[in-house]
Amino acid sequence: MPVQCSRCAEQRAVLKRPKTSQSLCKDCFFWVFEEEVHHTIVSAGLFKAGETVAIGASGGKDSTVLAHVMKVLNERYQYGLHLILLSVDEGITGYRDDSLETVKRNQQQYDLPLKIVSYEELYGWTMDAIVKQVGMKNNCTFCGVFRRQALDRGAKLLNVDKICTGHNADDLAETVLMNVLRGDIARLRRCTAISTSSGGEGVLPRCKPLKYAYEKEIVLYAYFKKLDYFSTECIYSPNAYRGHARAFLKDLESVRPSAIMAVLHSGENLSVKESVKMPVQGTCSRCGYISSQTLCKACVLLEGLNRGLPRLGIGKHHRLHGKLLSQQPLTEAEERKLKAVDF
Amino acid sequence: MCQVDEDYDSLLERHVVASDTKKCNKCKETTAALILKPGETFCRCCFKDHFVHKFRAMLGKNRIIFPGEKVLLAVSGGSSSCAMLNQVQQGLSQKAHKKLRFKPGIVYIDEGCVLGQSLEERQKTMAQIQSLFKRAGFPYHIIPLEMVLNLPSSVLEPVHVATDDPAGNYKVAVDHFMQTNPGHFLDSNTQVDQSEPSLLTDGTVPQLIDEAQTQILQELFSMVKTLTAKEDLLHTLRRHVLVSTARAEGYSKLMLGENCTRLAVKLLANIAMGRGAQLAVDTAFSDPRYGDIVAVRPMRDYTAKEISLYNYMCNVPSVFIPSLETKTTDKSSIQRLTESFVVKLQGDFPSTVSTIYRTSEKLQTANFTEDIATVSLKCLLCMCTLETTLGETSAFQATLISEQLSQHICRITNLAIGSHVPSHSLLCINCCLLFFSCSRGGDSMNLESFLCYSCQQTVKDMTSVKFLPQYIMSEAQRRNRRSQMRHEISEFLLNEDQDSTSIKAES
Repeated sequence: MPVQCSRCAEQRAVLKRPKTSQSLCKDCFFWVFEEEVHHTIVSAGLFKAGETVAIGASGGKDSTVLAHVMKVLNERYQYGLHLILLSVDEGITGYRDDSLETVKRNQQQYDLPLKIVSYEELYGWTMDAIVKQVGMKNNCTFCGVFRRQALDRGAKLLNVDKICTGHNADDLAETVLMNVLRGDIARLRRCTAISTSSGGEGVLPRCKPLKYAYEKEIVLYAYFKKLDYFSTECIYSPNAYRGHARAFLKDLESVRPSAIMAVLHSGENLSVKESVKMPVQGTCSRCGYISSQTLCKACVLLEGLNRGLPRLGIGKHHRLHGKLLSQQPLTEAEERKLKAVDF
Repeated sequence: MCQVDEDYDSLLERHVVASDTKKCNKCKETTAALILKPGETFCRCCFKDHFVHKFRAMLGKNRIIFPGEKVLLAVSGGSSSCAMLNQVQQGLSQKAHKKLRFKPGIVYIDEGCVLGQSLEERQKTMAQIQSLFKRAGFPYHIIPLEMVLNLPSSVLEPVHVATDDPAGNYKVAVDHFMQTNPGHFLDSNTQVDQSEPSLLTDGTVPQLIDEAQTQILQELFSMVKTLTAKEDLLHTLRRHVLVSTARAEGYSKLMLGENCTRLAVKLLANIAMGRGAQLAVDTAFSDPRYGDIVAVRPMRDYTAKEISLYNYMCNVPSVFIPSLETKTTDKSSIQRLTESFVVKLQGDFPSTVSTIYRTSEKLQTANFTEDIATVSLKCLLCMCTLETTLGETSAFQATLISEQLSQHICRITNLAIGSHVPSHSLLCINCCLLFFSCSRGGDSMNLESFLCYSCQQTVKDMTSVKFLPQYIMSEAQRRNRRSQMRHEISEFLLNEDQDSTSIKAES
């Protein structure tokens, strides 16, 4: 027997919402999904009319859906936003070059301007070259840190007011669990914020309009809208530890679908003792980017690469920052520790 | 950030310590008998000292239990709480170097009814427990969970006690104790009040179980659809019985035997159940939510492994008692899933439990609503501060919106969310049906408004709330009347608590 849509009670339901387990027809699901993102945007006051907003586009499902929904809502509710797609080319052959093709197609489909910044032009290193030096271990640290900054630099080039990224509820819940497992109290406190506080001048706020959207619903949305997206795992990420948190979250979801929201709710309501020491946000003395140390992670990693000491930015080597700043050479013992590990 | 090896290299290093010629790390003389962690080897003697010291240090550091105070030990029969009982016994014995000076009592709550055990099975368990408690020599109370149906609704209201500087208080209490009990170092057996009149200490325990009440409880639990919610509800009810027993018998502290591993699991499970705001009270050393009765967790520094080793070496007796989780699969409940996750991860990354545990120490309970009359804003079930009144952009609000939006169309029309109405007709036949089914079989009272996020989830997993114990329902009704009253006179109240709904975007 066909199930009726529980919302309009007219059409046949085609899906069961992972979030609320209600059966909906295609049109109602689209409407509900978009309304929810709209509600998130409006209630959190993410954007102001007339702003230029860069959408971090990787070509994956989250950012493709984000770009689509942002465009739809911008027209439907007259947000008055200028949307730009912003992509980062990490220089990973067989992965990013393919996904960038998707982004280029999206650009034409949605008729949005596109800007691509590459690691090579920003840092002089592609991920392929980095992996050649670092090996398969720890390379995600480089990629993650560089991408974060590359997005910011690209956004500055475009002179935008805000950046939005496609992080969904699952991603955030996963991060909450990760930070508990790693005991990273500072990140735990800020990881559920929908928008980074616009700290100083020159720091662009970034926000997550899909924060409350389930990953499964994003896939459903993309599937029924027949959106064009790229779905391949990065060839360099074995994802070991985050993988545990991810698998645990998926199991939790299968036991109780509301668990994802519950984790987010927990994350939003955590309160950290005042006596706990928190890193103070400052700026990098070399590039001016936000950093809690005298040198930002990206600069340390880059310095490590250029000196042929890739492990300089892995783990904690704050003591060496002074030496790096004054361009002093490191001692032999220090260098030995920071060389790439041989297998 | 997304890779295991990034900052965890040190966690992965495994020390190979297999040789049996290893010396004890502590005394460096005798051959080690066990390895707690890589690099932490002990001989039997040193391990016992280490274990005892940890317990004493935990109590000494926190200075919450005053000398002469009556303390109720909640013993489930499991290894952790039995080890706690053993520690208290040892601490009070004459041989002890620095004697503990509080007056202990023991309580066991029999939950056989929830597991569907027969009366004979339950009597057998209780007899085992009883013989265990008799050997301990403290006054004890063996209480069937059915007691929960006789609780007064005052259980749900925290009793406020004036709190001064606790450190100063402790000193005063110690001085007072020394003056009034100059012979406190005498034989401990004369100290323990054996003559204390307690209904429950004689051998007539099993008669206390009223079969009609057993049935009511069983019906209540059959209404709960998921094991997650069952466990949560049982935990809540058990706590209520413990607190009310402590009050009735004049105890002012409640000692729980939760160990470090247990607490790490609990912390993670509570996050997954939406108890983020309550993490601190649920896992810290002391839990002040009941006001006059403070729950303390002296075993929170021991890992499960440490306790098992100690119980094995010192022949600490424990009783195996099945629980709701016994013989279930990993995915049967959130609590069970979390436990197997943490235990497995601990196998690969030996510092998992301690890392989670240390995270818990950095948290505190948030006070959302200090200004308004606080009692009415506590959750009816877990008695923690309600956190459901937060701003508009929160996971809680987003869930509500999701539910509203997916509901039937004629209910959304009065929702001021957007002007866009899709091309469907607004009226239809089903709307009345749907509207009535939403009000949950005629329960006119909105129980959920008195519950925190997580307890709401538990109640949502129940098909009906009519079997909830009377004390909960009558307290809910009382609060309902209060809030109606408040609503009626709201325009005359001078209150500054502005709703946080004034955030509006200009889009």
